[in-house]
Amino acid sequence: MTTKLLLGDEALAQGALDAGLSGAYAYPGTPSTEITEYIQRSVQAKSGDVHCRWSTNEKVALEEAIGMSYAGKRAMVSMKHVGLNVAADPFVNAAIAGANGGLLINVADDPSMHSSQNEQDSRLYTDLALVPCVEPSNQQEAYDAPAYAFDLSERVNIPVLIRLTTRLAHSRSVVKLGQKRGVNKLAPPTDLRQFILLPANARESYRNLIARQPQLLAESESSPFNRYQDGVDKTCGIIATGIAYNYVQEVYDGISPHPLLKISQYPIPVALLRRLFAECDDVILFEEGYPFIEGKLRGLLGDREGSIHGRLDGTVPRTGELNPEIVAHALGLPRMDGLPQSDILVRRPPALCPGCPHADTYRALNAVMERYPQGRVFSDIGCYTLGALPPHEAIDTCLEMGASITMAKGASDAGLAPAVAVIGDSTFTHSGMTGLLDCVSEDAPVTIIILDNLTVAMTGGQESNATNRLAAICGGLGVSEEHIKMIVPLPKNHEQNVAVIARELAHQGTSVIIAVRECVQMLRRHARKGGEE
Amino acid sequence: MKKDIILAGVGGQGLLSIAAVIGEAALRSGLFIKQAEVHGMAQRGGVVQSHVRLSDRPIHSDLIRAGSCDLILATEPLEALRYLEFLKTGGMLVTNSVPFKNVDPYPQDEEIEARIEALPHHLLIDAVTLATQAGSVRCANMVVLGAGSPFIGLSEESLQAAIEQVFSGKGAKVVETSLVGFSLGREAALNATGVN
Repeated sequence: MTTKLLLGDEALAQGALDAGLSGAYAYPGTPSTEITEYIQRSVQAKSGDVHCRWSTNEKVALEEAIGMSYAGKRAMVSMKHVGLNVAADPFVNAAIAGANGGLLINVADDPSMHSSQNEQDSRLYTDLALVPCVEPSNQQEAYDAPAYAFDLSERVNIPVLIRLTTRLAHSRSVVKLGQKRGVNKLAPPTDLRQFILLPANARESYRNLIARQPQLLAESESSPFNRYQDGVDKTCGIIATGIAYNYVQEVYDGISPHPLLKISQYPIPVALLRRLFAECDDVILFEEGYPFIEGKLRGLLGDREGSIHGRLDGTVPRTGELNPEIVAHALGLPRMDGLPQSDILVRRPPALCPGCPHADTYRALNAVMERYPQGRVFSDIGCYTLGALPPHEAIDTCLEMGASITMAKGASDAGLAPAVAVIGDSTFTHSGMTGLLDCVSEDAPVTIIILDNLTVAMTGGQESNATNRLAAICGGLGVSEEHIKMIVPLPKNHEQNVAVIARELAHQGTSVIIAVRECVQMLRRHARKGGEE
Repeated sequence: MKKDIILAGVGGQGLLSIAAVIGEAALRSGLFIKQAEVHGMAQRGGVVQSHVRLSDRPIHSDLIRAGSCDLILATEPLEALRYLEFLKTGGMLVTNSVPFKNVDPYPQDEEIEARIEALPHHLLIDAVTLATQAGSVRCANMVVLGAGSPFIGLSEESLQAAIEQVFSGKGAKVVETSLVGFSLGREAALNATGVN
C-alpha cells in the first residue's frame, strides 16, 4: 500500500489524478493554489495526459471544465471561495445543464480571512445551485473525495462541489492511496438539448434537477462521509461538519461521551439529524464557516425551546475559524494548564519585499498625488494591496478582483479627479479588461497603472496570462497609442516615472501606464534555476 | 510517544523547511503526523507559524490546543514568545537569539531576553553565528532544528536522513552545510547549561 505525506490540497489533487482526471482548471487563490500546482508537478501532467495550465479567471476556468465534462471526460476546477463569486454564472447554470463526464468544483474557503477579504461559506452556493457538496474532514477524506464525487457526479449527472477550508487545505498528513482508474473516453452527450439552455429546455432541465433532489438527499443519508456515533450522555448531542469533527474528537481524545453526528456531505442528511434530535435534549453545532445547518434548524421563527446551540446563540463565536480551544470551551471543558500570553508582543504585518518593483511605482505615484489632495487611488487584489500600509499608504481602496478600474471610473463619473486605478498584471487580465473597455467607450478621465511583475506573485509566483501581452491588449481595447506608456519602476528612474505619471494624470481621457519589472522573488528563483542548469 | 511542537518565525527564515524535515523524519520513524502551516499573505516578512504534531497513535486535530504544546521552536526570539499560551507547564522553548527587526517599534533586546530567561525551560542560541561557522547563514534554520532536536522525540539519525532527503534537490553543498549546521545546533543544545 502506497502512502504519501500530503497537504489537504495535494491529497485532493492526488485523489483526482487517481480517479481518472483529464483536466484541472484553476485560477490561483489562497488557500486553493496547491491543488493545481500539485497536478502540474505530476507524472500525468508531464506526459500530457492531464490538462492543467492556469486559466485567466475562475469563470473561464469553470467553463473550460464544463466543456471537458461535455466531451465526456472527468474535469475539475479549483478556486478560493471568492472565486466562486466570479464563476457563479456558469456554476448555477452547469447544475441545470448537468454533468456529462464527472465534474468537480473544488472551493477552498478561508474562515478567519487569513488571505481574503471575506469568509463567505461556499455551502450556501450549493443551496442556490441545488448541487451536492462533499466537505472532507481530514487529508484522507480529501484524497477519497474526488473518486467518490466523480462517481456521484456521473451517477446523478450533476456537478459536485468539494469544499475545503484553510486548515485542511494547508495541513499535511499521511494519506493512503487507493486504486488508480483510467480516464474516460471522448463521449459528447447523446441528448443534444442537454447543454442548450433555451428557456423551453431550461425549464425541463430545472424540473429534472429538482426531481433528482430526493436522490441527492438519499445519497447523503447513506454517504460514507456522514456518520452517526452514539454516545452515553444524551443531555447534549453534537453536530460537527468538515474539519470541526477533528476538533471534537481531539478534545474528547477520540471518544465523545455525547452522540456525535459528523456531516461531510450535503444536502444536509435530515434523517440523521432527526435521530440526533430524537435522542438528545440539546444539540450543539460546530461548523467551520457560517452557521449553515444551525440557521436552517432554527428557521425564521427561532429555537423556542432554547435547545440549539452554536454560532447564533453565542455558544460558539459568530465569526472566524474554529480551533480545539473554542470547541473545548463551548463543550464546557476546562482550559489546559498553560502559560499566559506574553506582554511584549508587537504585530508584524506582511510587507512588500525589499526591492519590490511596486514600492518604486508607489513612491513615484505618491510624489505626483501630493499635488492632488482631492485625487484618489483605487486599487485591487494582490501583493500591491500592501501599499495601503505604511510606509507607502498609497492606495485608498481594495474591494475585489478588478474593482480598481471600474470604481475609479464610477468615481470619475461623479466628478472625482484625478481618479487613478492601480491593478496587477494578472488581476487586470482576470477582471480588469472589461472595465477598461468601459473607460475607453467614454474616454473617461481615468489613469490606469498596471503593475506588471510578470507573475501572479501573491499566491507564490504562478504563470500570468498577461505576460508580454498587456500593451497589445490595452491597444486592442481601444486605448490610444500615445496614452499607453511603459515605465520601469527602479529608483534610478524615479524622476522620469514621476513625469510620466504626472503627464497622464493631467490628460483628460483614459490612459494606461504599464510599470514592468519582474517580481524580486521570481527573479531570485529564476537566477537559482539558471545556476543549476 | 506524543509531541506537539509549534514552529515560529518570520517569512523567509526557512521555517517550512524545518517542518518538512521533521515530517520526513517522523515518516521514517513510523509515526503519525499532522502539520498545519500558513501560506499566502503571511509569507512576506510577516509572521509564519506551523503546528507539528507527532504521535504513535492517530492524531485528530491539525491544530494544537492551548496549554498542551511540548516545544516551541523558533527562528526569531519575539516570534518564540508569540505562542506562549500554547506551551504547557514544563514545556520547552528553543529559539534563535538574533532578532529580525522589520517593524518599528520593536521591543528592546533585553526585554525579550528577560522574558525568555524567566521561563523554566528554555534555550537561547545564536543560530546566525553557528550557521556562518557551518558555511552559510542560510542554514540558520537547520541550526535551530539541531538545537531543538534533543526535545523533538525523533532520533538524530532520522533527522539527518530527512535533511539529506529534503535538501537533495538543492545540491550536495547545501545538504552538507545543512548537516553541519544541524550538528552545531545540536551540540550547542547538549552542551548548554540550564537545559533540563
